Amino acid sequence: MKRIGVFICHCGINIAGTVDIEKLTSQIKEYPNVVHVENYKYMCSSPGQQLINQQIMDKNLDAVVVAACSPSLHENTFRTSVQRVEMNPYNCEIANIREQCSWVHDDKQIATDKAAKIIKSMVEKTVLDEPLMPITVPVNRKALVIGGGVAGMQAALNIANNGYEVILVERESSIGGHMAMLSETFPTLDCSQCILTPKMVEVDQHPNITLITYSEVVEVSGFVGNFKVKIKQKAKYVDWEKCNGCGDCITECPINTPSEFEQQLGERHAIYRPFPQAVPNKVIVDMDECIQCMVCQVFCPTDAIDFNQKDSIVEQEVGAIVLATGYQLYSLKNLPEYGGGEIEDVIDGLAFERLLSASGPTQGVVKRPSDGKIPQDVVFIQCAGSRDPENHMPYCSRICCMYTAKHAMLYKHRVHQGRAYIFYMDIRSGGKDYEEFVQRVMEEERVVYLRGKVSRLYEEDGKVVVCGTDTLTRRNVEIKADLVVTATPIRPIEDIDQLSKLFKISINQNGFLTEAHPKLRPVESLTSGIYLAGCAQAPRDIPDTVAQASGAASMVCALFSSDQLYHDPIIAGVDEDLCSGCGICVGVCPYSARTLNREKGIVEVNEVLCEACGACSAACPSGAAQQRNFTDIQLKNMVKAILG
Amino acid sequence: MEISYYPGCTLKTSAKNYEKTGLALLPIFDISPVEIKDWVCCGATYSLTSDNLMYQLAPIRTLIRAKESGNPRLLTLCDMCYNTLKRAALFIENDEEKREKIKNFMDEEETDYRGDEVEVVHLLTLLNEIGSQKISEKLVKSPLDLKIATYYGCMLLRPKEIQADSAENPQLMENIFQGMGVEVVEYPFRTECCGSYQIVNRREIILDRTKKIISSAVKNNADLMVLSCPLCDYNLEATQKELIEQDSNFKPLPVLYFSQLLALILGIDPEINDWSLHNIDPTPVLKRKGLL
Amino acid sequence: MNNKLTLENIQQFDLDEFQEISGENIFACYQCGNCSAGCPAADFMDLAPHEVIRLLQLGQIDEVVKTNTVWICAACVTCRVRCPKGVDLSKIMEAVRQIVLRKKNNYVDLNKIESELREKLPQIALVGNFRKFTL
Ligand SMILES: Cc1cc2nc3c(=O)[nH]c(=O)nc-3n(C[C@H](O)[C@H](O)[C@H](O)COP(=O)(O)OP(=O)(O)OC[C@H]3O[C@@H](n4cnc5c(N)ncnc54)[C@H](O)[C@@H]3O)c2cc1C
Ligand code: SF4
Ligand code: SF4
Repeated sequence: MKRIGVFICHCGINIAGTVDIEKLTSQIKEYPNVVHVENYKYMCSSPGQQLINQQIMDKNLDAVVVAACSPSLHENTFRTSVQRVEMNPYNCEIANIREQCSWVHDDKQIATDKAAKIIKSMVEKTVLDEPLMPITVPVNRKALVIGGGVAGMQAALNIANNGYEVILVERESSIGGHMAMLSETFPTLDCSQCILTPKMVEVDQHPNITLITYSEVVEVSGFVGNFKVKIKQKAKYVDWEKCNGCGDCITECPINTPSEFEQQLGERHAIYRPFPQAVPNKVIVDMDECIQCMVCQVFCPTDAIDFNQKDSIVEQEVGAIVLATGYQLYSLKNLPEYGGGEIEDVIDGLAFERLLSASGPTQGVVKRPSDGKIPQDVVFIQCAGSRDPENHMPYCSRICCMYTAKHAMLYKHRVHQGRAYIFYMDIRSGGKDYEEFVQRVMEEERVVYLRGKVSRLYEEDGKVVVCGTDTLTRRNVEIKADLVVTATPIRPIEDIDQLSKLFKISINQNGFLTEAHPKLRPVESLTSGIYLAGCAQAPRDIPDTVAQASGAASMVCALFSSDQLYHDPIIAGVDEDLCSGCGICVGVCPYSARTLNREKGIVEVNEVLCEACGACSAACPSGAAQQRNFTDIQLKNMVKAILG
Repeated sequence: MEISYYPGCTLKTSAKNYEKTGLALLPIFDISPVEIKDWVCCGATYSLTSDNLMYQLAPIRTLIRAKESGNPRLLTLCDMCYNTLKRAALFIENDEEKREKIKNFMDEEETDYRGDEVEVVHLLTLLNEIGSQKISEKLVKSPLDLKIATYYGCMLLRPKEIQADSAENPQLMENIFQGMGVEVVEYPFRTECCGSYQIVNRREIILDRTKKIISSAVKNNADLMVLSCPLCDYNLEATQKELIEQDSNFKPLPVLYFSQLLALILGIDPEINDWSLHNIDPTPVLKRKGLL
Repeated sequence: MNNKLTLENIQQFDLDEFQEISGENIFACYQCGNCSAGCPAADFMDLAPHEVIRLLQLGQIDEVVKTNTVWICAACVTCRVRCPKGVDLSKIMEAVRQIVLRKKNNYVDLNKIESELREKLPQIALVGNFRKFTL
C-alpha cells in the first residue's frame, strides 16, 4: 500500500471562504491509502512547504497530494520542494480545489463535497503514479539564424559573441534587409546606412559566423538541440571564391533593368550587387535579364564568371533556430482607391526613403518619378491600408506615424519652400522621444496635419488630386499634389505560409509568426528551440527589433549553456507487447514524435518531441500508447472516485 | 512701516467700501500706505499682443512713480490693477529688446526702469505675510456661526507667472478667515471667471455666470460671499437683482469685499461702510451673525 | 456652405505675422479641447476656443472673423493655465481681435452704451472693454 499524505490549503479565504476545511479534512482522513491529512493557511509559503516536508519524513510518506490552486501556478513549487526530502517530484500531485471549485461556488456544502471528490480522484491517480526521471538530450551548440536584416544580424552577433557558432542564411545576395534602404532614422535622424554598415561588416568578419547568402532553407527536421536543415544555395553564375567585388563586370554589362533595392526608381544591370556597400561584396547574375553576351566574362580580372553554376544544397546540424525574416510592404496594387500603383507620382514609404537617401537614385534630391520635377506640394497618407478591417489590413502597422513625420520633416529640410500635408486618423508615437519628435514636426516644420482618411485620389493635368477631409473642422480638403506618399501596411514576407509549414510554427490571421505567450514569452515560438525576432513577428521599429533580437539570442545562449537538455518525462510511450503496428498514432501526433518501424512492426517514439498532448493515447485501438502517470487505469480510477 | 499704494480708478469711485475698509486694516498691523503721486489708470486689462507696446506705457509709468517714491513695494487692492501692473513689470523685466524700445517713448521720464525694482503686491498677499496668527490676535468681534464663500475669479490667479496663489486651489482668503470662527464653505466655482468686461455689451454672459456661481455658493450653505475685485463685485452683486426678477427660484446672496468682513471682525467702526452701495443688503445677515 | 480646403486657401495668410502679433505658436496645439472644456464663455461662442486654433492652423482666419468667438472671450486665461502645451489662447484671441480692429473696425461704440449703465459700471469694466474691443 502506498502511504499518501494530503495537504489542504486555505489560500486565505480564497478556498476556506467557500470550502469547509475542517469537514473536508476529516472526510479525506478516511480515504484508502491516505495516512495523513493536514490543512494550513498558505501551503505555498515556506512554512507551508516545510510542513509538508516534515510530514514526509515523520510519517514516512511515499507520495503527497496538495489540494490548492491550479497546478499551472504552484505545481513546480511543491515538486521542487519535496525533492529536498528525497521524494521523486512526480509523486507530488496537485488537486485544484480553487479555480473550478471554491471560486465558482457560493454554496459551502456543494463546494466542500466537490473539493472532496477532486482530492479523492487525485489520490487515486497518485496511488499508481510512478517515480520518473527527466529525459536528457544532447544539445548541438550551434545556431541557425534565418534572415539577415537588422534583427538577424543582431541575433547572430549576440550569439557569436557568446562564443557559439552561428550560421546566418539570407535569401538576397547581401545582408542588411530594409534598414539598408532607409535614409535617416527617427527620432534621432542618424543616417541608416552609417549605423548599419559597421554591423554588416562585423557579421562578415566574425570568426563564429558563417554567412550563407542568396540561399534559403528548404528542409527542416529534428527537434530542439538537434535540428537538421538543408539549405539551398541559389546559382549566382559567379564563383564567389574568385570574385573580388571590383565591379568591372557591372560597368560593362549592357543590360539595364529596374532595381529592386531602389524600389524601381533606379536601374541596375543584369550582373549586379544590390547596393554599393553590399556584404558580402560579391556580384550575381540575374538570368532572367542576362542575354549571355559574355562581356562580363571578358572583363572579369579573376575569371569568376561561371554560367554553368547550378543550385546546390548544403546540410547543417544546429541546436537552435532564430527566425528573422522581416517584412514587405503591402503593394499599392491592392489599393485601387489610391491609384492601384498605376499613378507614377503615388509611391510608398520605402520608395520615398530612396528619394531621400543620399546614395539613392536621385542622390537625395527629392524628384518625383513622372518627370523628375521637385515636388512643391507633397501629400502623405497614413493608414493607407492599415487599420482597415473591411478592405485591407485590420492592424496598426505601428511605425508609419513615425516615419511619415520623419518623411515630412526631411522633405521640408530638402525643399524649403515646399509644403507637406499629412492625412492621419490618429498619431501613435509611443516610443522614447517619439512624441517630442512629432511635436517638433508640427510646431517647427509647420507640416499641415489633417485629421481624416483620404477617400480617393486621381491624376489630373500632371497633378494628383487628393480628396480628403479634416474632421476637426468638418471641412473637406482637396489638394492638387505633385507627389503622394502612402504609408502602406507592413506585411509578413510573401511566402510566410511555406515558412510556417517548413518550421512547423504557427502564424496569426495576418501572417505574423506567433509567439509562445504574448506577454511572458514574446521571443519564443511554440516549438521549443525556435525563436522569433524582428518584424516577422509583428511590425516594429529598429530599437524594438534590436531589443527583441537580443532577447531571442539570450534565449539561445541559455539553451546552449549546458550540453544537455532536460525534457519532461511525462510522455506517451509504446507498450511493445500490445502495439499492433497499425500506425494510427503516427498520423494523429501533431509533433511528429511517432514513427512506424516497419521491420519490427511497431511504433517508436522520439521522447524529446512528445509534448504529452495525449492524442495518440486516445487514438490507439489496442491501448499500447499509454501516457506516463496518465494511464488508462489511472484515469478510470479517477473518474470512479469522482462519480462514486 | 510705509508701503507705496496704488488705488486705481475704481477704488476711488464705485469701490469706495473696498478702499476704506482695506486701508483701515493696515494701521492695526503698523503699516502705513502712502499713495503714490501722479498715478495714471493702469489700463484695466493687460495688453495681450506682442507687437504693440503703447498699452504697456501706462502701467510702466506707474511703476516708475513707485520706484521714485522710495518704497519699492507697491500695494494694490484691485485684482485687475494687480494683474496689469504685475504682468507689465514682468514683461519689461524679461524682454530686453522691448524694454529699450519702450524707453524711447519715455523721454520725459527722469527715472530709468528695468522691471525688477518694484514689487507689486496685493492686499491679500500682504495680510497672508502678516499671518493668520497675528491677525486673529486682533480679533474683537467673533462672528456667530458664519459661513462664507470665497470668490477669487481670474486676475489674482492667472496666468501662472504672476499668480498670487495656486490657480486651482487658492487659500489666501481661507487662511485669513479660518482662524477667526468663520467657516469657509466648499463650492466648485471659486476660480471661475465672472464674465469680466463683457458686462458692457454682453450682459447675458454675466447673468449666466452669476447665476451659476451664486447658486452654487447658496446651495453649499454660504451666508455671504467675499471677494477682492471690484469688477467681480459688480458682476456678481449688482446683477443679482435682475436674476431675482427673471427667476423666482433664484436665491440671492450678499456679496462683500473681504476687507469689509475682516474690518468688522477686527472691530473697525462699521460706519466707514456705505451700505447703500450694496444691491443685496448684507446688514440683516451681518446683524444675525453678531457683527453689526 | 462650408469652404473646401484647397491649396489656394490652406495656410494662405501670413502665419509669421500672426505669430508676431500673438507671440504664440498655434501649431503647438494638440486639439485636445481642454481650453474649450474649461472656457466659461464657450456656451456663448459660435466656435469653441479649440476650433479657433484649428481654423487658424489651416489658415482660415476669415472663418474665425465671421464668428462671434473672439468677442465673447473674456481673457480670463483659464485656457492658458490648463493647456497641456502652454498655448496662450487668450493671446491668440487678442491677435485676431487686433487684426480686425487695426482695420479700423471697432467692435463696440462708446456712444451706443446707455448712459445709465455707463454711470453704474465700474471704471475697470469700461476701460477693459474698450481696450479689448476698440482701437
Ligand atoms: C518606409 C519605412 C521607414 C522606416 N523608417 C524607420 C526609422 O526611421 N526608424 C526605425 O526605427 N525604423 C524604421 N522603419 C522600420 C524598420 O525598417 C524595421 O524595424 C526593420 O527594418 C526591421 O528589421 P527586420 O530585420 O525585422 O526585417 P527586414 O529588414 O525586413 O529584414 C529581413 C531580412 O530577412 C530576409 N529574408 C526574408 N525571408 C527569408 C528567408 N525565407 N530566408 C532567408 N532570408 C530571408 C530578407 O531578405 C531581409 O534581408 C521603417 C520602415 C519603413 C517601411
Ligand atoms: S488646451 Fe491647448 S492644446 Fe488643448 S486644444 Fe486648447 S490650445 Fe490646443
Ligand atoms: S481667455 Fe477667453 S478663450 Fe480662454 S477661457 Fe477665458 S474666455 Fe475662454
